[in-house]
Order: sequence, then C-alpha cells, then structure tokens
Amino acid sequence: MVTEQGRKNNRHSSQARKLVEQLRIEAGVERIKVSKASSELMSYCEQHARNDPLLVGVPASENPFKDKKPCIIL
Amino acid sequence: MAAEGLHESETLASLKSEAESLKSRLEEERAKLHDVELHQVAERVEALGQFVMKTRRTLKGHGNKVLCMDWCKDKRRIVSSSQDGKVIVWDSFTTNKEHAVTMPCTWVMACAYAPSGCAIACGGLDNKCSVYPLTFDKNENMAAKKKSVAMHTNYLSACSFTNSDMQILTASGDGTCALWDVESGQLLQSFHGHGADVLCLDLAPSETGNTFVSGGCDKKAMVWDMRSGQCIQSFETHESDINSVRYYPSGDAFASGSDDATCRLYDLRADREVAIYSKESIIFGASSVDFSLSGRLLFAGYNDYTINVWDVLKGSRVSILFGHENRVSTLRVSPDGTAFCSGSWDHTLRVWA
Repeated sequence: MVTEQGRKNNRHSSQARKLVEQLRIEAGVERIKVSKASSELMSYCEQHARNDPLLVGVPASENPFKDKKPCIIL
Repeated sequence: MAAEGLHESETLASLKSEAESLKSRLEEERAKLHDVELHQVAERVEALGQFVMKTRRTLKGHGNKVLCMDWCKDKRRIVSSSQDGKVIVWDSFTTNKEHAVTMPCTWVMACAYAPSGCAIACGGLDNKCSVYPLTFDKNENMAAKKKSVAMHTNYLSACSFTNSDMQILTASGDGTCALWDVESGQLLQSFHGHGADVLCLDLAPSETGNTFVSGGCDKKAMVWDMRSGQCIQSFETHESDINSVRYYPSGDAFASGSDDATCRLYDLRADREVAIYSKESIIFGASSVDFSLSGRLLFAGYNDYTINVWDVLKGSRVSILFGHENRVSTLRVSPDGTAFCSGSWDHTLRVWA
C-alpha cells in the first residue's frame, strides 16, 4: 500500500536521483589546467588584437560613428 | 508498511550522501587543476594604454526605461524595447527610427534581431516571444503580421535567434529555457535545471557547436547541450542574481554580470571561474556585459549609471564611462566591433566608440 509518506519519499527520491545523475555528468567532464586555459585565452587575444577596433582605435575616416565633420541636418 | 517507508528513506539517504560525495569530488577535481591565476599568467602581456571612448550617437524616442537592445548583422541597425511596451528599430548612423510597434504588454524585457535582418523577436510580461517581420511597405501595419512563437508560464527575460531565422531560444521567469521552431511555434527542446528565474542567455559562437549558457536568480550559470537538453556544466560562484552572460569570442569561456557588483570569467575547459572583475568602490549590480572583438576588453553596464571597461586578462579596470542618467540595463558590441550600444532606464540608447 502506498502511503502519503511513501509518495513524498518517491518525489524526493526522484529529485535526488536527478541531482545525482546531473552531478555524475558534471564530475565526468574533462578538464585542463588553468595555466593552459589561460595561455590559450591570451593567445586568442593577441592573435585578434589588431583587428579589434575598440582596442586599437580606428581613425575617424574608417569608423562610421566617428564624424569627420559636423552633421548638417537637411 | 512501516518497513516500506524505511526502505525508501534509506534510498533517499543514500542518494543524498552520493550527491554530497560527488559534489566534493567535483570540487577536488577542479581544485587540482587550479595551478595559477589568469592575471598572473597575463603579467607578461603588455598593459593597455588610455582609452578615449565617447558617446557618438544618442537614440531618443522611447517613452520609458529601455530594457533590451540588439544589433542587426548589418552593423548599423538596432532594435530596442522598453517598459512602455514599444519596440523600435533604429538606423544608428542617422539615429532615424525605421520601424516602431507597440506590444500588448508593458515591460518588453527581451528583443532580438533575426540573422537575416528581416525580422525581430520580442516579449516580456506577456510570457511570450513573438516575431515581427520587418517590411518597408508604408501601408503595412507591422503589428498585423505578428507571429506568437514561444509560450512560457512566466515573463520572458531573454530571447535569441539561433544561426537562422527558423529557431528561437528563450529564457523565462518560469525557471526554464526553451528552443522553438518559428514557423510552427512548436517547442523543440526545453532546458530544466535552474532553481529560480532565468534572466539571460547567450549562444556559443557557431564554430564551437550547439551549446548555450544561461544565468539566473539561483546565482548559477549553466551550459546546455541544445540537442539533448542536458546541462553539461554549471558554475555557482556569484553571490547574487546573474543578470547577463556572454561568450568569449573563441567560445572557450564566458563572462557574467551580477547583482553582487562583480563580473566574472569562467573558462569552460578548466571548468572553473578564472577571473573576478570588481572594485571596492563598485557596489551596484552589473546588468549587462559584452566583449570587444578580440576578447581583451569587457564592457559592463551597471545600476549606478556607469559603464566600466575591464582588461579581461589582467583583471583591472581600464576606463569608466559616464553619460547615462539612470541605470544601464543593456549593452552590446556591434557585429564588426567598431562600437558598442548601451540602453538605459533614462529612456535613451547611446552608441560609443
């Protein structure tokens, strides 16, 4: 016979089971050292730095938002 | 009967203890690889010079708080949404309004531009995400062509088209994210796991594959597999709601902005937080974050009306931008990285370069 307590336990068990399954998946993730991950983030920055307009700045003539002369409203 | 009760509470107890031991194992494994800090490795990188960034355009026209904005792939058009229910499409070069539609609800918290540039999506307190095709026919009523795509059981907090106009990813106050087919409105996949409202999401850059990251009021950032609906990684180091998440351009990391007044960087392959961007003087929440094209700069909008620019590698602030007269609620760098746009509770949007 299934009791009210039994039903509650079932709900809690299924939640706990899902949590355990999720944690197993996360525990199984392959990881690398922070030193290696960091140097890869850095080398991506370095490789792309010169093409980053907000980082290196672009002359007004090449940036559509930087006006070369004041706008005249026609 | 008593025996059956005992058996089930034993199972519950053993599951709980397995969960605890898995959690400690996870912490141990992550700690083993924590051999150095990112900013230490970055000591050998040249420091950044002074930055001069100014407001180049101010977009005025919303009647109330701007809540969200997105760039069109043409690097020029912007869609924005507001508390007063209006969604506006702007030409950011000229500041002209090209389209405007009034939603049936207030607090339009999410809006997004379709990759083709031919449609926009938006939603908020109506619990839905709707798609509006953009037409240049002056006689056409934009609202008439509205298509309801997503249905949640609480407010829509974020939406994004995937790589095409055909699918939309949504995040909601109902604690879930969902993937929808735009044409049929069919739910393709749902993502359960957050313990409270989901406030933000970002799709991984297309080269990295079918994942996305979400952040919520449960202080967690979660990375999901779009096909299976499975959460593959989760991070819980923030001390308050996560308002914004954004992938690093390589797809190997993501940044978050939180009500705990910090922004953080999480590396997906090291599976841990690798940087915190904070200062004692910054005590208001960060509402929105985005990277410059190379990933070296992180722009973050705050509830104290400012925008802080962080050196992602060294962890230091390189600039602070003033201009908005109320909270900054949304911020995105343009697709070609020449500028970024911020939206604010002061009713305006600003384009900075």
